[in-house]
Amino acid sequence: MHGTNILAEANRQITICNACRYCENLCAVFPAMEQRRVFSDDSLDYLANLCHNCGACYEACQYIPPHDFAVNVPKVLAELRSESYARYAWPHGLAPLFRRNGLVVALTAAVAVAFFIGGFVALGDATVLFAAQTGPGAFYRLMPHEVMVLLFGGVFAFAILALAMSVRSFWHAIGGGPLTMSDIRDAGRAAATLHYLDGGGGGCLNEEARPDDRRFFHHCTFYGFVLCFASTSLATVLHNGFGWHAPYSWYNPVVLLGIIGGLGLLIGPLGLLRAKENHDPGLSDARARGMEVGFLVMLWLTSATGLLLLVLRATPMMGVLLALHLGVVFALFLTFPYGKFVHGFYRSTALVRFAQEKRTPVTVSDNAESQRNRR
Amino acid sequence: MRVPNWTVNTDKQHYDVLIAGGGNAALCAAITAARAGASVLIVEAAPKTMRGGNSRHTRNMRVAHDAGNGTLTGPYPVDEYWDDLLRVTGGQTDEPLARLTLDLSKELWDWHQQQGVRFQPSLSGTLSLGRTNAFFHGGGKTLLNSLYRTAASLGVQVVYHAQVMDLDITEHLFRSALVRHEGEDVRVAATSFVAAAGGFEANIEWLKEYWGAAADNFLIRGTPYNRGDVLRLLLNKGARAVGDPTQFHAVAIDGRAPKFDGGIVTRLDCVPFGIVVNSHAERFYDEGEDFWPKRYAIWGRLVAQQPGQVAFVLIDATATELFMPSVFPPEQAETIEELAVKLQLDPARLRTTVDTFNAACRPGTFDPTNHDTCRTEGATPAKSHWARPLSTPPFYGYPLRPGITFTYLGVKVDADAHIGMSHGEASPNMFAAGEIMAGNLLGKGYLAGIGMTIGSVFGRIAGREAARYARDEHTR
Repeated sequence: MHGTNILAEANRQITICNACRYCENLCAVFPAMEQRRVFSDDSLDYLANLCHNCGACYEACQYIPPHDFAVNVPKVLAELRSESYARYAWPHGLAPLFRRNGLVVALTAAVAVAFFIGGFVALGDATVLFAAQTGPGAFYRLMPHEVMVLLFGGVFAFAILALAMSVRSFWHAIGGGPLTMSDIRDAGRAAATLHYLDGGGGGCLNEEARPDDRRFFHHCTFYGFVLCFASTSLATVLHNGFGWHAPYSWYNPVVLLGIIGGLGLLIGPLGLLRAKENHDPGLSDARARGMEVGFLVMLWLTSATGLLLLVLRATPMMGVLLALHLGVVFALFLTFPYGKFVHGFYRSTALVRFAQEKRTPVTVSDNAESQRNRR
Repeated sequence: MRVPNWTVNTDKQHYDVLIAGGGNAALCAAITAARAGASVLIVEAAPKTMRGGNSRHTRNMRVAHDAGNGTLTGPYPVDEYWDDLLRVTGGQTDEPLARLTLDLSKELWDWHQQQGVRFQPSLSGTLSLGRTNAFFHGGGKTLLNSLYRTAASLGVQVVYHAQVMDLDITEHLFRSALVRHEGEDVRVAATSFVAAAGGFEANIEWLKEYWGAAADNFLIRGTPYNRGDVLRLLLNKGARAVGDPTQFHAVAIDGRAPKFDGGIVTRLDCVPFGIVVNSHAERFYDEGEDFWPKRYAIWGRLVAQQPGQVAFVLIDATATELFMPSVFPPEQAETIEELAVKLQLDPARLRTTVDTFNAACRPGTFDPTNHDTCRTEGATPAKSHWARPLSTPPFYGYPLRPGITFTYLGVKVDADAHIGMSHGEASPNMFAAGEIMAGNLLGKGYLAGIGMTIGSVFGRIAGREAARYARDEHTR
């Protein structure tokens, strides 16, 4: 009846939830659930990607173990979320990368760093790698700008394509309709503020965890990443549009954005790692841990190597640090479509669908349709 | 006397207030007493995950208020509340206590919020309760979590998995309780005692005293820990009883529910849209007498009176979307006979019953939201509303059993929550709150959300008076 054991278990639990509904004020998952009487595999994937794993519904639930019903919605939706990332991955042949993502990320990073160091040596003069380089174009003495653009442009384009294709099939699976501005605005607001992370305003009510911490550190991480991305984008414009070549002076907006964003990416991932330590392991998907930790470590390394490069760029350390930084960033981009990075896209997509359903409720016939279309 | 080993952190051998029970009433008493400066120990029979008695399964509390407040959608004056209570109890209520409770219910919205409880608009599918009932954000367990956290911050001690085995009561005066915890019996002395340990509906042996073997077929909707230990001890030691011991509040629920603790999800709201037959495949009551929220309680009793305490509700494909989703999928078949086999009913008899019913359905305009004109003529029993022939396959069937919510038997209390003793006097230092004394107000019937109101109001009174007695004793 259901595609996987986890889907079957999610269906069992959500059917209990739908008969109870005490949690309907906690987040988006439960109002979305209430629009349905039966749960197709696709609709379960949709619910899973609305869940922040805050734990409020677990604390509120009268059916948690040792009750016979053994309801643990945060856990089953976390497991389903991991599974759904692989389900919609493009190209589908790469979906297994999700399963051992921690290892994949670590190996990719190591290989990428080695590749850049090796590349610098092979392409240029090995002595340049360990000599102090300063002034405009210093970086490109190690690696020609065109090569850098080709490599990063290529891997970035691939990541975008793979993410777009994955999200597209998720969107179709969850019944996405024609987009309106208000859908995007509502979803954007909820995503940008992590609106549903706080259990409907009461906090997650878990005596040990501090959900507000998670929000703060997630904001540091997300907006840190956005600023770093803006810094890189601006640098591209300055380089191509104005012929100003990196490295830039510290007061250049490129560098300022990078410093602020970099600090966010230093603090945020550490806070999220600590929040992960404090989070009740009984509510999480144990198998996703490698993927989650791997992503946070990569983000942190991106920032740490970038900031270190900024500080030490006039010293003989620059060559190695540049290789390190570029290697980490390259690996980060390359693994984007097959790691924790995708969560933001799936959640945002689910939130857009949620906004649509609030506007135009799922009808009974949609329900019947999804029942027939069960995989 | 031995020092309880789970009270070592407090250096205390003696508490000002000992509270038996860990639900809303107990917590309201504990918080109130602790705020009044008393040292408080709660002994809760359940483990921590199952704490809170039947409060765990609640979702709202009926509170009087003179104006809506954005969440409560309109005014609910005390007089209207009183009229509602009078109607459901048929006058079987202690008027002064009831009026006191309804008056004080006005304070609960603010008081509970001060203890960290949050309220929310009424849940979907809760017909017309948005005006009268304050819904707990996240349900009753979230309310309990907030109250427990507040109690802990006030220094209230809680022992889980602690069963009250005996009470030492001398001349109406509480002296100590014998408490079993982790296989050890410990005597706990306290200046005041609050009994907030619920009814006895989970004690099947006790129910059998009145209902015989039928009690084996009853399902208990709430906590398995409401075994009535404290209630029985009090009654055996001279507390005056109120409420009919043989009576309980029961609703018809899905017959496949677990024996205990199935809670809200086992409800089945489809009775008005189908027919209900017993194990002889015969109808026995008007399924469309009134809206389900007004009739589900009598169906508990009706099913309890059928052979084997079981019945079956049958609907056809036209009714599947008309009621709240339920937790267990129905039996499903293309013909009535096939469905009968799946429900272990006699196919020929069920066929006859359905044919007779179908033939009696008069044409009308079906409207699930109103008392519509679809009724039977010539069928016995009649179906007054929403009567449509069962003719569109597939056909669906759910088993029904009586699900007991609470028992009416309790201890007599006065306006200060003192427990009344058999000679007409009140105990000076024993108090009761919650289901264990709700029978003072509810002689029969029920009003959605009033259980939590009684628990909250009398919990606060009991806590206040228990602390006051302890303080007076100190200064004596």
